[in-house]
Amino acid sequence: MAGGPYTAKVMDHFMNPRNVGEIENADGVGEVGNPACGDMMRLYLKVEEGKIVDAKFRTFGCGAAIASSSMLTEMIKGKTLEEARAITNQQVAEALDGLPPVKIHCSVMAEQAVKAALDDYVKKNPG
Amino acid sequence: MRQVYLDHNATTPVHPEVKKAVAPFLAEQFGNPSSIHWAGREVRREVEDARQEIAAFFGCQPLEVVFTSSGTESDNLAIKGVAYRKGNAGKHIVTTAVEHPAIMNTGKFLEAQGFRVTYVPVNRQGIVEADTVRKAITKDTVLVSVMHANNETGCIMPVAEIGRIAREAGVLMHTDAVQATGKIPIDWKTLPVDMLTFSGHKVNGLKGAGGLIVRKGIELESVIHGGHQERGRRGGTENVVGIVAMGKAFSLLRQGMPEEVRETRRLRDKFEKALFDRIPEIVLNGHPTDRLPNTVNLSFRFVEGEALLLNLDMMGIACSSGSACTSGSVEASPILLAMGADPVDAQGALRFSLGRGNTDADIDYVVDAIEAVVDKLRAMSPLFHREAKAR
Ligand SMILES: Cc1ncc(COP(=O)(O)O)c(C=O)c1O
Ligand code: FES
Repeated sequence: MAGGPYTAKVMDHFMNPRNVGEIENADGVGEVGNPACGDMMRLYLKVEEGKIVDAKFRTFGCGAAIASSSMLTEMIKGKTLEEARAITNQQVAEALDGLPPVKIHCSVMAEQAVKAALDDYVKKNPG
Repeated sequence: MRQVYLDHNATTPVHPEVKKAVAPFLAEQFGNPSSIHWAGREVRREVEDARQEIAAFFGCQPLEVVFTSSGTESDNLAIKGVAYRKGNAGKHIVTTAVEHPAIMNTGKFLEAQGFRVTYVPVNRQGIVEADTVRKAITKDTVLVSVMHANNETGCIMPVAEIGRIAREAGVLMHTDAVQATGKIPIDWKTLPVDMLTFSGHKVNGLKGAGGLIVRKGIELESVIHGGHQERGRRGGTENVVGIVAMGKAFSLLRQGMPEEVRETRRLRDKFEKALFDRIPEIVLNGHPTDRLPNTVNLSFRFVEGEALLLNLDMMGIACSSGSACTSGSVEASPILLAMGADPVDAQGALRFSLGRGNTDADIDYVVDAIEAVVDKLRAMSPLFHREAKAR
């Protein structure tokens, strides 16, 4: 089924997003975006021994934003904190087989969300 | 998969009778209506018959109908035609903040040419108040242009009242009736406007054909310079197929419009009521009653319009969202923002526009689908959960 401007991978992650929800007592939470501008993402991380063992999200946004959020959670699970911090929006977009040029910023939100959640983790676990 | 088309304000399906009517013009009736020989003469007659039908529908004289390529060109002709002809009398135009881009961007263009354009606001319900137009008119004003009905919200503007104000001030009045045409009664004889835009493809005709009704005696500068077609008001060999299609579409409307409108209104009201009954946190964008009988624009709070639209598309449902993605952010519909809608709610707006061919079964299917999709997206929405916790 054609998804208009989107690849099959984007449509898959948009229609059947992975890891939707919330983690109780999450080790790190990141919230980015501005709903008045059409997008907002909240990312929850569970961290054990320097690794991300679980990730969940809630996103208000377009198809690309939801698909990027879903893909991101898949990508960061099992990664060390350093590896997760190094993930770029291009990598998220590539993992989705590409995004239309006007939709690149939707994947930027995903990158920012991990960084914000990791910052929150560091703040909660100083040293 | 079931397909339901609820985007009739974008365009309408071609009426089967229209398809039949144009068939000869894709075959033996190929002549140029300006030719004086047999091949042209018959085609000329058909073009003029179409003009007659359209004139009869609006209640104007046939020679007041100028055929153009679209509603967009008609709007250009009305605005630029007056501006360039009347430019020396004054360089001020009054229009509204919720016009179609065909008016909006023509206004912007004229501003770059040294004209002054006032875009009067609308109230919270999307209606232009006549008094705001009255106050915007200055001694420099040469034209007032106010749409008859808005394409996104269906809001019906007090065009007659505004027309009277323009007349009293000695200013020409144009109305873009592309959306109003065929949905609410329009009577040129009693409507105090000087120019009116219509478009074929919004009334089950073909794309690429429209017209401007210009009150007898009013002279406009041409936008398309060329041959003597349309009494010198619009050059270019006529789009015969599109014109014949409009003629047929308007003759069908003249007979069937009251019945069709009654049915569309019934379905729209049923649709709207079912949604409000079943889904919490919906906001109506537009006036509850001063609204086209086929249109409803709703914000489904806490979810975003494109996500809704795509999900519904996957279920075979065609509707539209006014928001447009630009680099950096999804911009909510400028029409809804001009009405003072909450910017977050405006992101979750969808327009449903019904028309010929929609059925009760369509509506039942779509209501179920919307309920399911809204539930699914709200479950994903951080805004929905934040709101739920706050309560
Ligand atoms: C209010 C209004 N004016 C003008 C137009 C443009 O008409 P056309 O598509 O024939 O150029 C439209 C079509 O969307 C419209 O809704
Ligand atoms: S969230 Fe910005 S358009 Fe996708």
